[in-house]
Amino acid sequence: MRKFIDFVLTSVKLALTGSRKYYAWLASLLIMVLFGAFSYYYQLKYGLIITDIRDQVSWGSYIANFTFLVGVAAAAVMIVLPAYLYNYKEFKHITVFGELMAVSALVMVLTFVLVDLGRIDRVLHLMPFTGTPNWPQSMLTWDVIVLNGYLFLNILIPGYLLYKTYLREPPRKWIKIFILISIPWAISIHTVTAFLYGGLAARPFWNTAVMAPRFLASAFTAGPAFMIIILQIIRRYTCIGQPGCKLVVSDRALFTLAHIALISMLVNLFFLGSEIYTVGYAATSHIAPLKYLFFGLEHDGVVYNKLQPYMWAAITMEIIAALLLLFPRTRKNFKTLNIACIFAFVGIWIEKGMGLVIPGFIPTPIGEIWEYYPTLMEIMITLSVWALGLLVYTLLLKIAIGILAEDVVHPSAKGREMPEHH
Amino acid sequence: MVDKGRRDFLKKAGIAAAAIPFANLRIPVIDVTLEEFFQKHYKEMSEEERKRVVERLERQHKEKYGVDVEIMTTPPRKGVVWGYALNIQKCIGCRRCVYACVRENNQSRANPKEPWRGEIQWIRVLEFEKFEAHPGKPSKKDFRTTFGEVIAGINLEESEHYYDPPLVPEKEKFYMPIQCQQCERPPCVKVCPTKATWKEPDGIIVVDYNWCIGCRFCIAACPYWARRFNWSDPYIRREEINPRMHYLGNRIRMRGVVEKCTFCIQRTRNGRYPACVEICPVGARKFGNLLDPESEVRRVIERKRVFRLKEELGTQPKFFYFID
Repeated sequence: MRKFIDFVLTSVKLALTGSRKYYAWLASLLIMVLFGAFSYYYQLKYGLIITDIRDQVSWGSYIANFTFLVGVAAAAVMIVLPAYLYNYKEFKHITVFGELMAVSALVMVLTFVLVDLGRIDRVLHLMPFTGTPNWPQSMLTWDVIVLNGYLFLNILIPGYLLYKTYLREPPRKWIKIFILISIPWAISIHTVTAFLYGGLAARPFWNTAVMAPRFLASAFTAGPAFMIIILQIIRRYTCIGQPGCKLVVSDRALFTLAHIALISMLVNLFFLGSEIYTVGYAATSHIAPLKYLFFGLEHDGVVYNKLQPYMWAAITMEIIAALLLLFPRTRKNFKTLNIACIFAFVGIWIEKGMGLVIPGFIPTPIGEIWEYYPTLMEIMITLSVWALGLLVYTLLLKIAIGILAEDVVHPSAKGREMPEHH
Repeated sequence: MVDKGRRDFLKKAGIAAAAIPFANLRIPVIDVTLEEFFQKHYKEMSEEERKRVVERLERQHKEKYGVDVEIMTTPPRKGVVWGYALNIQKCIGCRRCVYACVRENNQSRANPKEPWRGEIQWIRVLEFEKFEAHPGKPSKKDFRTTFGEVIAGINLEESEHYYDPPLVPEKEKFYMPIQCQQCERPPCVKVCPTKATWKEPDGIIVVDYNWCIGCRFCIAACPYWARRFNWSDPYIRREEINPRMHYLGNRIRMRGVVEKCTFCIQRTRNGRYPACVEICPVGARKFGNLLDPESEVRRVIERKRVFRLKEELGTQPKFFYFID
């Protein structure tokens, strides 16, 4: 217990000490969070009227970002799985960064759900004992279970391994069980999130069996793409790569991630194409949301097409990313690789965020066309949740790097060798 | 005697134990008292608790709106399942039902000071063209007729929601009001994560406005677009309030919760017709007990040609459209 308290105190100290650049970065994120908190105060006080979400389009920017980020959280499995199941050495050093990415993504996911609620004061009605969860009927109760379970696993696993490294002790066997559970669990969080949409017969745009597979494919593109960028940043700004550093982020690890992103992107485009073909060729009345998304809908001489430019941009970015990742020459060149990663990330953010949520509502089930466009306050709240996630990620990374790379160790374990972690 | 005394004592002790300290303390910003915060799900309340809650709600209506209201908790009647029938051949699209519904059910009104806040309406009347044809360009590749496009019948995506001619009905148009279809297999109830919405024994889908968390999953799940959300605090003038209320029906809602048509539960459970049935000037709307073979709805269903909206979704609405 004493040692654990030391671990927590050391972690806090690690998180809160750093260079001036580090403080500046933290401060700018904190300011953004505060801006959002200020807007959220108005939302609490006046209701969701401060957003542009209405009866016609009843979910907006919050749920769009929620959906996308569940995928980012799930994508940690693409590092965990090769490392633990296939014993892929290059990933051993970076698994912790993947798991912590999952934690910060989940912080954003849960915050987005909470800010979307009309009555946050009644959130306990979702829980057993304090409420009446509609389990197993409602997919949302499943989502509460799998998301919180995944958050627990991704705090427990890296937390325990960091603790053991801090004490220079080999980890116990039981943690392996949790690591193995975390693999299918990652799949489950995004499957359940897809089922939220896929199970609604009222919304033909979502009511398709390809929803969950498509979600997983796009997640396994966006997640690794994000990690490739983050790992390069970590490599540049920390001791990693310098002599004496205990951690290695190898080029090979990054290129393997790029490979994973490539295959997932191709599968994602294939699923998207299948969906477009099936709906488009059959050309039943179910085609309307897709038509809205890509071309806009016309009613009484007015064309409604606010999403159109974003969707075309997304598809273009995804195709460019796929091509850049496809050819070894561009995949192994960091300049083009980074462009590919940013395009893949942003492309999927649009495609499976706004591009998935909004057209589901247009037209409404009884044929009204009503367009949604987030308000300034809504955008501020959305950005601040992202800032919160980045803030959490930064602090967690700082701790992990301190313990794994910079040789921060418990006083009782000084001089002991670093155990083979993970 | 002894037993009864003991029971009463235990009951009182129970209530005393359940009483919340600082019950009237208000949580700022969200503007909720501790008593409201700890309120139970409607179906889990005892008779005693229901009474207390209703008294408090009546007091709050008085404080907030200055009106004496009566909030009923009339239970469903045995052997009754409500059904509705609407004659689309007769409907003239006058929207009197829409406004009667708003008045009866205390919906939030348009606020002249805040024009972005519209009125909440539970009934939406759709206008359709009887026949529409757009000439197409003849083409060798195209297998379409020279019309190009032919539109007739009920195509929801061709419907007009905001029609506003000087006089209805227009000759070349027909009308179809849509409200909650009170499905036997309601998708909205299935998706609700907190059981805040459910089907009552008399077939009406209701919402406990004090239990709803405002996630709006039910709105996404409803194929009839029958549910509405309180995006802000309801706005309703004192003189416009209908004081005869039901807990599960037309009591004034709060911001952040979902509401919907209840077949005027406050009326129908007390032997009256829904407001929309009463107001309809052409008698297009019929209402009654589906279990009673002599009721009006049953006779309509058996003698007229009826159809239900989006039957293919398997929701089994208890709302029947018919033509003579």
